[in-house]
Amino acid sequence: MSLVARHLEANGIPTVVFGAARDIVENCGVPRFAFVDYPLGNPCGRPFDPAEQHAVLAMGLELLETATEPRTTVAAPMVWSEDTRWKELIFTEDQPFLEGEAYDNWIARKQKTRVQNEGSSS
Amino acid sequence: MSHVRYIDRTREYYLGQGYEKPYEWATFDDVPFTSLTKPLAECRVGLVSTSDIAIRAADGGRDRRHEDRVGNVYSLPSDTDPALYFSRQEHYDQVATTLDDTDSYFPITRLHELVEQGRIGSLADRSHGVYTAYSHRKTTETDAPEVLARCRADGVDVAVLTPV
Repeated sequence: MSLVARHLEANGIPTVVFGAARDIVENCGVPRFAFVDYPLGNPCGRPFDPAEQHAVLAMGLELLETATEPRTTVAAPMVWSEDTRWKELIFTEDQPFLEGEAYDNWIARKQKTRVQNEGSSS
Repeated sequence: MSHVRYIDRTREYYLGQGYEKPYEWATFDDVPFTSLTKPLAECRVGLVSTSDIAIRAADGGRDRRHEDRVGNVYSLPSDTDPALYFSRQEHYDQVATTLDDTDSYFPITRLHELVEQGRIGSLADRSHGVYTAYSHRKTTETDAPEVLARCRADGVDVAVLTPV
């Protein structure tokens, strides 16, 4: 995602990235980043809350208008919940990221990609 | 509580799962920047997403008729009935939330509303999906140029990018 934003921007199209993984986006480096401190899955606002989704989008659009240099991040003020256990549990032994069928699908896709890459490089 | 450090967290997680070589996240010293040259109310906005957004076909599967997939890039008509969008992306926090409301990661309904309100000039006729590739090189050298070509063909002035 960040790599695509960088390419568009380098070729004359201003961009804004919305996202919940602040460290990943900022580690890469993008021109404009609207950060929402939510669980991975809803970087454009809480599900079924159009008013909040508009507030998040408004923040990103304003960033397009006001940023004067790259690596400009704005953080949305929204809080997902008072209970912050989701932050502690994601990607831990207590809450495996992918389980059951989702894990099997991921492994199958990795294998398929590996086969495709080996085929194209030979 | 501050934000989750996903890079550190995933490194430890996958080492614990038996993977020896940690994923190398992209990192750059230089970041490009292009200023907006006209008011947003006159801009055509393009939506680009890595959320595996798709259109549901009548049989419940995926309607690929208009996708025009090249490499990891595909497109969807912006006048699609919003009720038909869905994503089977699995890389999100499946305990804390859901992807049931596509506008929470693919805000096309909200963007249509912003056109009606006059906040943005127009929405491009297509949105673009990008499947994330393990290889940074493939994304940079193949997929990103394909997205750029499609955005240019659509007359896009500014791009909104969303993952899940």
